[in-house]
Amino acid sequence: MTERRIQLEVQRYRPETDSEPTWESYDVPAMEDWVVLDALNYVKDHLDGTLSYRWSCRMAVCGSCGVMVNGQPVLACKAFLRDYPETVRVEPLANLAVHRDLIGDMETFAARLPEVKPYLIPGEEPPEEDVFRQQPSELAVYRQFTMCINCLLCYSACPQVGLNENYLGPSILALAHRYNQDSRDGGRAEREEVTASEDGVWECTFVGECSEVCPKGVDPAGAIQQMKLASSMDWITRPLKRGGKS
Amino acid sequence: MRFVNADVVIIGGGGAGLRAAIAAAEADPSLHVALVSKIYPMRSHTVAAEGGAAGVASENDSLENHFRDTVSGGDWLCDQDAVDLFVKEAPGVLRELEHWGCPWSRQADGRVAVRPFGGMKIERTWYAADKSGFHILHTLFQTSLKYDAIHRYDEYYVVDLLVADGRCMGCVAIELKTGETVVFAAPSVVMATGGAGRAFPFTTNAGTNTGDGIAMAYRAGVPLKDMEFVQYHPTGLPGKGILITEGARGEGGILVNRDGYRYLQDYNLGPPDPWPRKKAMELGPRDRLSQAFWHEQQKGRTVDHPAGQVVLLDVRHLGEKKINERLPFVRELARIYAAVDPVHEPIPVRPVVHYTMGGIDTDIDAASPVTGLYAAGECACVSINGANRLGSNSLTELLVFGRIAGHNAATARAEHPDEASARELAETAMSRVQRLLDTDPGEESVAGLRDELNGYMEECAGIYRDQERLDQACEGIAGLRERYGKLGLTDKSCVFNTELAYALELGSMLEIGEALVHAARMRRESRGAHQRLDFTERNDDEFLVHSMASFRGDGPPEITRKPVTITRWEPAERVYGGTSDD
Repeated sequence: MTERRIQLEVQRYRPETDSEPTWESYDVPAMEDWVVLDALNYVKDHLDGTLSYRWSCRMAVCGSCGVMVNGQPVLACKAFLRDYPETVRVEPLANLAVHRDLIGDMETFAARLPEVKPYLIPGEEPPEEDVFRQQPSELAVYRQFTMCINCLLCYSACPQVGLNENYLGPSILALAHRYNQDSRDGGRAEREEVTASEDGVWECTFVGECSEVCPKGVDPAGAIQQMKLASSMDWITRPLKRGGKS
Repeated sequence: MRFVNADVVIIGGGGAGLRAAIAAAEADPSLHVALVSKIYPMRSHTVAAEGGAAGVASENDSLENHFRDTVSGGDWLCDQDAVDLFVKEAPGVLRELEHWGCPWSRQADGRVAVRPFGGMKIERTWYAADKSGFHILHTLFQTSLKYDAIHRYDEYYVVDLLVADGRCMGCVAIELKTGETVVFAAPSVVMATGGAGRAFPFTTNAGTNTGDGIAMAYRAGVPLKDMEFVQYHPTGLPGKGILITEGARGEGGILVNRDGYRYLQDYNLGPPDPWPRKKAMELGPRDRLSQAFWHEQQKGRTVDHPAGQVVLLDVRHLGEKKINERLPFVRELARIYAAVDPVHEPIPVRPVVHYTMGGIDTDIDAASPVTGLYAAGECACVSINGANRLGSNSLTELLVFGRIAGHNAATARAEHPDEASARELAETAMSRVQRLLDTDPGEESVAGLRDELNGYMEECAGIYRDQERLDQACEGIAGLRERYGKLGLTDKSCVFNTELAYALELGSMLEIGEALVHAARMRRESRGAHQRLDFTERNDDEFLVHSMASFRGDGPPEITRKPVTITRWEPAERVYGGTSDD
């Protein structure tokens, strides 16, 4: 059986020498069990040591290797060459500034994430020498939103991220929702100051692409809709709660 | 050259580094805690740990049980004062994570659930389904965002520690985005860079697990302890080496050979009860299980698979509901990377390099012999793991000793280093980088040298070793180090020069690989994960000692010995299966 080969077309950009991105094509083998990351590593090791991209775990859990493959945001370690035609085009994730080659900007995400306080703000003091009680059913309420690996595929799929650079975006909002929904947490009101602001949930037009492309089955679009509802309810019921615990 | 004046520098942003950063920030919120990592913290390899974290959790268990499991699991090479501290602190650090929001799996009454694990007498492994490391890492990362004292320097590749007169005064790094040299000066440095599995070709480890921090400490004069002890995890997917958690066996999964036979009963691990009994069969320790595979392969009883010889991990009898609840990631990984649905078919698995038991020599204060330098997590060797780590002890270890390292680093109250001296040391350290950039590419390449190193490690330092092959590896790796001196790069650029980073990582792995094979050659006995075909028995008279590898420049390391701390449990025979007292 002859070995299958593909043309790997990779977008290159070296800011020290290139005024704009260019394309480079590499002829690489495509073993049955190879993913796009294997092809990139083959280029790096054997054809062109100057190609730069991020990768680490190669098991779809560290979130490093998000790229566009034939126009779709995917994890390079999870995209099998056998599922693609003879020409495979690899670009950096859309909607992110590009530092070099396939390496997109993570700094903006990292800088904005703390704004929504994505950590437990306990509703009550933790028990001493013991754990909070949490029923399996309570865990099930927020568990899927804990699965986000911060790979930013959803940012690259979201049209609003492309239109409004200040929009917090799907992953950050879903993480805020994750803590809001945790039975141990009491920080929703604090988070809403940011998530219900003009750059928060109301920017979302519910296209739902974020949930479509998520490699871990998280539903940020659903999280955002639930947050919109909760935020509206808070607004409607606000006078009734005055003086009580909000 | 940029200069950052910090109070504590933490190198590595995985579980140990993040836990250390939080501890430092809590000890003194006014500090500048610099958390420096070559990747974003949530990319760190803690993320890939699956099965869980051990800590006594129930009334039918005791610290003494956890102590004894760990010490016998480590074939008596553990330092018992460290193990005592470890088991005592374990439940607290796991509860603390719960208070920070870690989504631990729960019992029906709302308490945290625990599962059985290999070599553990009682179920005490806390888990978050089968993504425990992922949830621990993200909980730590997200919690770290609360602390103003923590200043992150993401995607900075640390080149070397700055050490003079036996005192550490910081490190020098390259900002990957710009190529700029940055000096981090501080009276305390915590090393938390993880293991070095990538020295081997077939490993569960991420591409980034190249042992940079271990090598930096080694070059800076810290001896590496017990480097010959490398853990093979018995169940990785063939070809890629992706981890299939021991939790699969903790939940009741069985291992069978080509005849459908539970072969572990032939290796002093039986009897084969229908429900695995603790410390027996599939719940034996990892070293014994990986060795049993080797013997099955010798006997021709393994299964042919396109990606090599395998045995079969069968969880079908658990049923779809339980698999989805307890082992969803195993199912996902097996389907994607082995084209097998564990609900309907057994999973092909084989032993795979997983964990670096040895590392930077530290004491129970997480301090190294170099003043001001601390280490925690997989890069350190304190040693609670001895000759064989028990599954689910390492996630707890990085929490316990990460916290101790961070706290001690923050409260050491040493003087800040002098800027001029730090800059001068940094200049010297960076000459190594400059040489790589100044040398034009020739016959040697990063990938070529790396592949040869990988070959020596697998051929000569695998599950079973002998004098002849270790001699070969010692000589061969010395040759590779010499050739590394002629390595030139094709990429001379500043922005994200990953070829340069890979070249520096390769340098680390060559140094560590050399230390490893020299230590293995010295240890003429079989203990835990270090098995010699030419010295098949444990020999406490000569080798109840830690090996200590000291850096000697371009030459081979010097190997010396250090006593093992035995406080209250004298070495005894290590017994598993039905004949075990436990």
